[in-house]
Amino acid sequence: MKRSKKTYLLLALLLIAILFPILMPNQYYLQILILVFIWTIAVYGLNTITGLTGQLSLAHAGFFAIGAYGLGLLTTKGGVPFWLAFVLAIALTVFISFFIGLIALRTKSHFFAIYTMSVGFLIYLLIYKSDLTGGVRGLIGIPNPAPIGPLTFESITSYYYLMLFFLLLTIFFMYRLFHSLLGKTFVAIRNSEELAETLGISVMRNKLLAFVISAGLAALAGALYASYVRFIGPQMADIHVAFEILLYLLVGGIGTLAGPLIGTFIVVLLTQMLQFLEEFRMLVFGPIVVLLILFYPRGIVGGYLMWRAKRAKKKQILQAQHAKGGKEHAVND
Amino acid sequence: MLLTIDRLTKKFGGLAAVQDVSANIEQGKITAIIGPNGAGKSTFFNLISGFHQPTTGQIKFLGHDISTMRADRVARLGVGRTFQTTHLFEQATILENVLIGHRLRTKSGLFDAIFRTKREKEEEKRCLEKAEEALDFVELSSLAYESVAQITQEQQKRVAFALALATDPTLILLDEPAAGVNPDETDGLAELMKKMVKHGKTVCLIEHKMPMVMSLADHVMVLNHGQLIAEGTPKEIQGNERVIEAYLGGNSHVSA
Amino acid sequence: MELFFQQILNGLTVGSVYSLVALGLTLVFGILHVPNFAHGALYMVGAYIALTVMTALGVHYWIGLLIAVLIVALLSVVMERLVFSRLDSKDPLPIMIASIGILFFLESFAQYMWGSQYQRMVTPYGDTIQLFGLTVTMQRLLVIVAAVFLMVLLHLFLTRTMTGAAIVAMSQSRNGAFLVGINATRVSMLTFAIAGGLAAAAATLAAPINLVFPSMGNLVIMKAFVIIIIGGMGSIPGAIIGGYILGMAESLGATYISGDYKDLIAFVLLVLILTMKPNGLFAKGVR
Repeated sequence: MKRSKKTYLLLALLLIAILFPILMPNQYYLQILILVFIWTIAVYGLNTITGLTGQLSLAHAGFFAIGAYGLGLLTTKGGVPFWLAFVLAIALTVFISFFIGLIALRTKSHFFAIYTMSVGFLIYLLIYKSDLTGGVRGLIGIPNPAPIGPLTFESITSYYYLMLFFLLLTIFFMYRLFHSLLGKTFVAIRNSEELAETLGISVMRNKLLAFVISAGLAALAGALYASYVRFIGPQMADIHVAFEILLYLLVGGIGTLAGPLIGTFIVVLLTQMLQFLEEFRMLVFGPIVVLLILFYPRGIVGGYLMWRAKRAKKKQILQAQHAKGGKEHAVND
Repeated sequence: MLLTIDRLTKKFGGLAAVQDVSANIEQGKITAIIGPNGAGKSTFFNLISGFHQPTTGQIKFLGHDISTMRADRVARLGVGRTFQTTHLFEQATILENVLIGHRLRTKSGLFDAIFRTKREKEEEKRCLEKAEEALDFVELSSLAYESVAQITQEQQKRVAFALALATDPTLILLDEPAAGVNPDETDGLAELMKKMVKHGKTVCLIEHKMPMVMSLADHVMVLNHGQLIAEGTPKEIQGNERVIEAYLGGNSHVSA
Repeated sequence: MELFFQQILNGLTVGSVYSLVALGLTLVFGILHVPNFAHGALYMVGAYIALTVMTALGVHYWIGLLIAVLIVALLSVVMERLVFSRLDSKDPLPIMIASIGILFFLESFAQYMWGSQYQRMVTPYGDTIQLFGLTVTMQRLLVIVAAVFLMVLLHLFLTRTMTGAAIVAMSQSRNGAFLVGINATRVSMLTFAIAGGLAAAAATLAAPINLVFPSMGNLVIMKAFVIIIIGGMGSIPGAIIGGYILGMAESLGATYISGDYKDLIAFVLLVLILTMKPNGLFAKGVR
């Protein structure tokens, strides 16, 4: 009964998402939603390594940028067909992240955070200083996504559906991962690496897998971003972008399935509403991050889940008391 | 012999935490390791379970040399263990915690996860069955859906046992299983250890609670300053001069 | 050869600034057990406060520095009280994230208050002098002298007073008997105050040479991370020596290798060190 209610709700949401461009053919809204979809994919990426496996990675703006620049360079300078370049850009990021992960993941906790922050900064500097990437001037003229059969990607609506498609794909991927043995293995590592090891889990191998998946998703988002904006500059690899992705994740709920989507949606929307603040929006979001960490460390979704668990527990106790004729107070902590 | 330890030494920056220890752990028995604080007992466990690499010496388990083997490999060979602190995932339910225990006997990877292959489904089912079986064994089935944060210390210890059991171990290492647990509950945990042995497991525990050790163990090993100063049946140990001396020096008493 | 000595002097100046920042970071590390990402923002705020009081109130450079030190020390303590003292020190992730949130906020605040353009800080010590045949600005010498003075002061405080000794003990995560009878809250607050004050002093000293802008702390803090990893987290001499080593390496590297990539040196160093020693150069303990 409860399950079906949830299913209906999700179906309704999906229907709204699909019908949105028809119901509301407003370019501005569509643009915002496209950005929400793209960033959400990147946030799901971060959630895999930081949320599930518990390693704070600050290199994700770097992977986002490698995905974007990979696509940009392959199409504009390499003459590679769009979709091939798209796949190659992600594959390249996965390949690079594998080697970075191999070394970075030997470090733990804050060492890992600092290490990945440095790696992110190195990626930024390389893009900024290199001639190949166009340096500060950035890279322009990235082509539209090539048509797939009858589907062309020129109108904003077609972009909307393209991004929605990849977002749904990502959510499906994450859903399956969350509920699989592999996903549970990741969480076991977050909980305690020591315990996971004594349970025969190869901590390094699983962390590396999580890291590579997370970099791949960041690259997917980056490639989509490049194909949508069609102009990219080194600032997309900046540490602030890494923090931004982290902010979306935190607001939504770190380590939760719905968190990245909800967090990104809310923060991007709020940012649009608080446009007058523009670059000062961190005046609002900085304290929000701190308050969340202090009072709702698992974000909106985590907070909701806790509230629901508490309510279920209360109900259970009430029922138990009822069954016993209300004689006993069966609570003992 | 299930586990053979040959002249095992572990030094940390010149200081020997375990020094030249040779010992055997016999199959189907309960072996207790006792000794004053800082005697090297936990280091000894860490060496066996692969968390530390020995400086010199050899550890053989079921004929395999596991001296320098990684912890996860040692676990897969059949050595389960618990820690002094349980390290359980507090936000999750007991069943969810124990579920991961059988993961080491499964093979499903990313592909299986995303496409929910037959293997994934089968292995998920197997993990669930194993977890339920383990919870049944430690008599916690009725609490399977409680969150770990809600249960008592003793129940958490039982969950940790269940988790170790779910790995299908041959040898189980228990690091102070009865610490922080009241005397009645201690008896219950002792019963549980006997039950493990009855089901074909070999148990090795570090323990400070002497009455429990003396009534439970088949074989006792005494470590002091990293050295094995005595071993034998509980009776033999109780009368051993060196043991009494070590304990008097450490301000505690051996009493049955 | 003259160029070489010029660069050595440069290295000493830059290194002095790094050392002061890294010192605060390393002291606070002992309390949080993770590096405080917001420390660089304190550095930046320090420079702005000094600049503001100097231009708005027309006070002397040294008074400006003193005011900046006091205000940032206070800010640092407020941060500790409001945020860090409320977080569980055993779980590193929330502390790191909270400190990143504070960093965001302060940077944005600076942008809002003072604008995002680069600003100059004019001091009475802009003149150049001749020293052993080298041409140096007074300010560069001042940075070195003032930094050494502050370090000596800190050293005396940490070694000659009970409170100082407690701070050292905490920074090295030495618990137990020694800490019995010491008010941990007070030590923690004081450590944050000192760290904040040092950051503000470093920033005000460096500001006339560099420039003042909202993200000025980011590169410095990243380098300070590198330094305390080189020097050992929680180690006071390590922070000082590490700071000077990095300053020298950068200054000489910029001249003899490439000026373009001088900021890379720190990160390449860090990546190399952590690649070979995943737990830092002076990892204590087991595993």
